Amino acid sequence: MSVITINRVPPQPMPTRRLLGAYLMEARSECLRYFRAPGFLLPVTLFPTMFYLLFGIVMNRHADADTARYLLASYGVFGVMSPGLFGFGVSLALERENGLLTLKRALPAPPGAYLLGKMSMAMLASGTVMALLLALAIGVAHVQLSALQALLFLLMGMLGVLPFCALGMLVGTLVKGQGAPGVINIIYLPMSFLSGLWMPLSTLPPVLQRIAPIWPSTHLRELALKAVGMGQSPAWPHLLVLAAFGVGFFLLASRRLHRIG
Amino acid sequence: MKPTVAVVASLSGAVKRYGALTALDGLDLMLHRGELLALLGPNGAGKSTAISLLLGLARADAGQVELFGRDPQDIEARRRIGVMLQSSFLPPTLTVGELLRLTSSYYPAPRPLAESAEMAGIADLLSRRYAALSGGQQRRVQFALALCGRPELLFLDEPTVGMDIEARQKLWTAIRGLIAEGCSIVLTTHYLEEAEALAQRVVVLGKGRVLSEGSVDALRSHVAMTRIRCISDLDVSALAQWNGIAQAERDGARILLHSDAPENVLRRLLDADPALSELEVRRAGLAEAFTELTRESAIDQEAA
Repeated sequence: MSVITINRVPPQPMPTRRLLGAYLMEARSECLRYFRAPGFLLPVTLFPTMFYLLFGIVMNRHADADTARYLLASYGVFGVMSPGLFGFGVSLALERENGLLTLKRALPAPPGAYLLGKMSMAMLASGTVMALLLALAIGVAHVQLSALQALLFLLMGMLGVLPFCALGMLVGTLVKGQGAPGVINIIYLPMSFLSGLWMPLSTLPPVLQRIAPIWPSTHLRELALKAVGMGQSPAWPHLLVLAAFGVGFFLLASRRLHRIG
Repeated sequence: MKPTVAVVASLSGAVKRYGALTALDGLDLMLHRGELLALLGPNGAGKSTAISLLLGLARADAGQVELFGRDPQDIEARRRIGVMLQSSFLPPTLTVGELLRLTSSYYPAPRPLAESAEMAGIADLLSRRYAALSGGQQRRVQFALALCGRPELLFLDEPTVGMDIEARQKLWTAIRGLIAEGCSIVLTTHYLEEAEALAQRVVVLGKGRVLSEGSVDALRSHVAMTRIRCISDLDVSALAQWNGIAQAERDGARILLHSDAPENVLRRLLDADPALSELEVRRAGLAEAFTELTRESAIDQEAA
């Protein structure tokens, strides 16, 4: 029996338009999928908005206007972290277990489309939370914000979610399945507290104040304060630190993902 | 003149170990164009591992794995395959139509959506959410996702698990249609009648090696026995001494004979007992051949 191997050149090259279309379709599917899942969307949007409404607005009715402005920034960062950590980390951990990631790897999904899709979903979810918080701040707490400040705040939310996506991704490659939400909460809640999102840093013990710069959320909080016109320090060191966190977590995570699948 | 076959994918001398466990022990396997190959074997025989290597999900520790003459991890090669995995989770909040559009978008020249849906029998489910479907319907959606990219090679891992008889028949019809289009298919299944109904070639794996390879008929002839059952009061210990009878047993009023020369045995049997009734003669099916093969390999293992 003689054997010939089927031609090495694919009969149908992938047109660039279709390739781009596949990336878009993946992002669209990922967004639709999570925005239709109340189990994801409700905690992600309700926690920061309810906290802000309760602690930032209702309980601070008689405080000066800067309190509501300050708390917009810190609850904003609290709201940015969860779409990244949960939307990216928990879903990756679950999909490594339930076989969806295996199927995506077997199918000719374009490289990185799966991760980019999750990233766009996290950015959109974070942007939604920022929009809700802005609406509360401007509409209910009467915080005076210029259009540029509001836009910067929105931008802070949508780009600021990326280092937390990378951190979530790293956790998602370390923990598999149902264990992930617990691990993510162990990171999310203490980190929020330690970076002064619930209480101003100045009210925390000095030792906690000194280690605060090791948390990425501390740097994002500075940027958020800056966006709403309250930051004291220049923005670029915080931007650099966040970029370094993001790239670092991402590299560690993708190396691990490549090795273990 | 020897026949020429076109190979779409192959494993040669593939070895895969998971710790101390050797899942594949130098496996050679070729997939031919336009042919349905059924991959059979008991649990742990290496079927899933072989498929993982061909899909590029795992790397062989030794040996060669080729998909359309390329590395299976090469996306150009994978754009020519379709996949239906054994345990597939799909996003529950997406509709069937959205899932189908997403998967189609990965391929250079997919089928029209309506055609994929029609072939898999899910045309009426397109607007339903995946989570709202029954297990059998979900399986059909997964089949639609496997064929939507107009693949030249289709991997179907236990495709009919959880399907009722009617759905299974429809899927078989669709599979035959795909083969008629020139698609190659690798089918793993626990249902031997499925392999018997569909496969041109059957490969039986055991302990990470090929135990037997050939057509369904060739595999069946591996077990040359024919089973004869009837009601008779002949003495089975005497029957067991006859030429052409390998085994004789009594089960109540019935006797059961295994024969490698059924024509001669039947002639003698009908003469010996004119009162004989309810005669049944059946060739060994794939199931018997399969049991025989895997049993032999177990005995070889013990002897070795």
